[in-house]
Amino acid sequence: MAEATVPRIDWQAIERDPRFHALHTRKTRFLWGLMVFSIVFYFLLPIGAAYTPGLFATRVWGPVNVGLLFALAEFVVAWSIAFVYSRRANTEFDAMADELVREAEKIGGWP
Amino acid sequence: MNRLLAFGLLAALAAVSVPALAQGAVHEEFRWLTFVVFGAIIALTMYVTFLAAKRVKSAADFYTAGGGVSGLQNGWAIAGDYLSAASFLGIAGLISLYGYDGFMYSVGWLVAYITVLLVIAEPCRNIGKYTLADILAYRNNPKATRIVGAISVITVSTFYLTAQMVGGGVLVKTLIGIDYEISVVVVGILMLGYVLFGGMVATTWVQIIKAILLVIASILLVMFVWTPYGFSLPAFLQAVVGDAKVQAQVAALLGDAARNMTPEQLGQRFLEPGLYFKAPIDQISLGMALVFGTAGLPHILMRFFTVPTAKEARKSVIWAMAIIGGFYVLTLFLGMGAAIDVGPAQIRAIDPGGNMAAPLLAQYVGGGADSMLGNLFLAFVAAVAFATIVAVVAGLVLAAASAMAHDLYVGVIRSGHVTAMEQVRAARIATVFVGAVAIVIGILAKGQNVAHLVALAFAVASSANFPCVLLTLYWKRCNTGGIVLGMIVGTLAAILLVLVSPNMTYPLAAKAAQEKIVATQTANLERLQGELAAAGEPAAQEKAQAAIAAAEKVKALAEARIREIGDARTSLMGLEKPLFELRNPGLVSIPLGFLAVVLGSLLYRDRRSEEMWGELYVRQNTGILAAKASAH
Repeated sequence: MAEATVPRIDWQAIERDPRFHALHTRKTRFLWGLMVFSIVFYFLLPIGAAYTPGLFATRVWGPVNVGLLFALAEFVVAWSIAFVYSRRANTEFDAMADELVREAEKIGGWP
Repeated sequence: MNRLLAFGLLAALAAVSVPALAQGAVHEEFRWLTFVVFGAIIALTMYVTFLAAKRVKSAADFYTAGGGVSGLQNGWAIAGDYLSAASFLGIAGLISLYGYDGFMYSVGWLVAYITVLLVIAEPCRNIGKYTLADILAYRNNPKATRIVGAISVITVSTFYLTAQMVGGGVLVKTLIGIDYEISVVVVGILMLGYVLFGGMVATTWVQIIKAILLVIASILLVMFVWTPYGFSLPAFLQAVVGDAKVQAQVAALLGDAARNMTPEQLGQRFLEPGLYFKAPIDQISLGMALVFGTAGLPHILMRFFTVPTAKEARKSVIWAMAIIGGFYVLTLFLGMGAAIDVGPAQIRAIDPGGNMAAPLLAQYVGGGADSMLGNLFLAFVAAVAFATIVAVVAGLVLAAASAMAHDLYVGVIRSGHVTAMEQVRAARIATVFVGAVAIVIGILAKGQNVAHLVALAFAVASSANFPCVLLTLYWKRCNTGGIVLGMIVGTLAAILLVLVSPNMTYPLAAKAAQEKIVATQTANLERLQGELAAAGEPAAQEKAQAAIAAAEKVKALAEARIREIGDARTSLMGLEKPLFELRNPGLVSIPLGFLAVVLGSLLYRDRRSEEMWGELYVRQNTGILAAKASAH
């Protein structure tokens, strides 16, 4: 099994590494920011539908009303969050993590 | 083993073609078409299983396809795993009957994946191996957390599984008239064939095939529905607003409130909120269970162990979001299209929950109930629905079996001291056991209302699994005490709150409702008798007689129901009325689950949880060792 041959790695040393600290800080801020935004935006839909039915019923484009556009916007926003996150992760976070993976080989006794 | 597989295929085909046929949405003379389409799909999936069976040698192959699934493949498989019959047929049905509210409901099912994408998928890939409990056991007491984790996984999977088995049996019966018990056994045997022989490799491919078929069917239907309106959204919705069947449905839903509305206003009301969801708090509670529960569904989490790296896990969620979201946008057209082409009244006549909206729409766009093409379309959609149930059930059985074999047997009973051969054997035995239980439960639960079981599965997943997984990954002070307490409190809170909620049957209220129906129908009958007496022409007489017959039928049904209730006064829990007013417990049980993890962690000291934190946190963020482990 893989576990049997796992090399010893000084995890505490990596945790203290300024590069890990930078990765962790940036990721945390970015991820939880997006998370809070997406949850607030999602719950605006049922709350709005329940408490501002007049606004949701306002017609803007033929029979298309604010409520329908808002529901469609939920899809667009969800996809946008996925896009924004994956772009940043693919470029920035992955590069930072890869560097740490290579560094871990140097610190610990990776065979 | 391949001979066994061939035997299973023959047995399944023979069972499908057993002429135990009653009525169904498909006409008798076209039923052979359905079997041709079903047969083709079963043959394709069995062929894939046959190929997969050669590749399944180790426990890693069986549980996670050896970590060799690509992000794109996994994205389709997640969509195939997630778009169960409840969401595929159910949401289209809700839209066809209630308009806007049905569409609004679908949003939560997509937004749920933001939680999965941002905080769950990649860390789980980086530190997990086969099961949800692997993540919990990483820094906490392995035996204690494996036990509570496995129990919760088995609970969630069983709820979901029961809903799928019963829903599947009813669906196949409604569509093609095969007996309920036979459908349940066929679904069970097919699923066992895929999982037992092909493990996760075959399950993944069955889910991919099903998702592709589902997307093709939906796109085709939407093309047919939308083309007459030149692919214009306002023109299409204008047709919905102006449709007499839709207007009649809104008038029926609103009752007295619709009296002073013009037909145009009634039609427009279909595109506004409030026809289905009456209690906003309940809806928010349901939204919470969806948005946080998906990230705690064991069969979804398990899919992230099948990809080699965190980057592929991310890619798979992105693909899954594109497919799932695109599908839900299409359901807006499927549902609205069914409302104008088939009509809410006819959809309700075949299934009161609206589940037949998409299949009936397929029949309509193909040329109707008497046409060859119409029935071919219906057969195709029916086959997709059937493949859906099998694919979802396969994923669930794999998740439950892995919790039993990997967590409870290998991890707890044998303390991890097993050979590779024993691991695979344990996995297969657990699969047969779970599959057999699923078939038995499916047959025993015949006729039960299981719709709320899916909601209950989401409630437990969001109140127990999600807080535990999230906090062990991100909170330094989280420990064994928190995980054990969180799992117990979250699971119990969700289940107990549902048991005392309006979801249960309350004989007194049910009786009162039926008595009201009897009273209105009695008054109705008196009026109709008067009309019959006054009617001169034979046509008018006939019409009045038909109305009387219909009213008498409704009255007799209600009276039968009252006799059935008898002298019962209290629900299963001994209550005369609900103690807890929300249909979905999420609003209360999710915070309780989080609170329990926090309190349990603060009150308990666990040196291992503290010492392992640095390692876990570095690994979940960087993926050090993850790629290496999966290369084996």
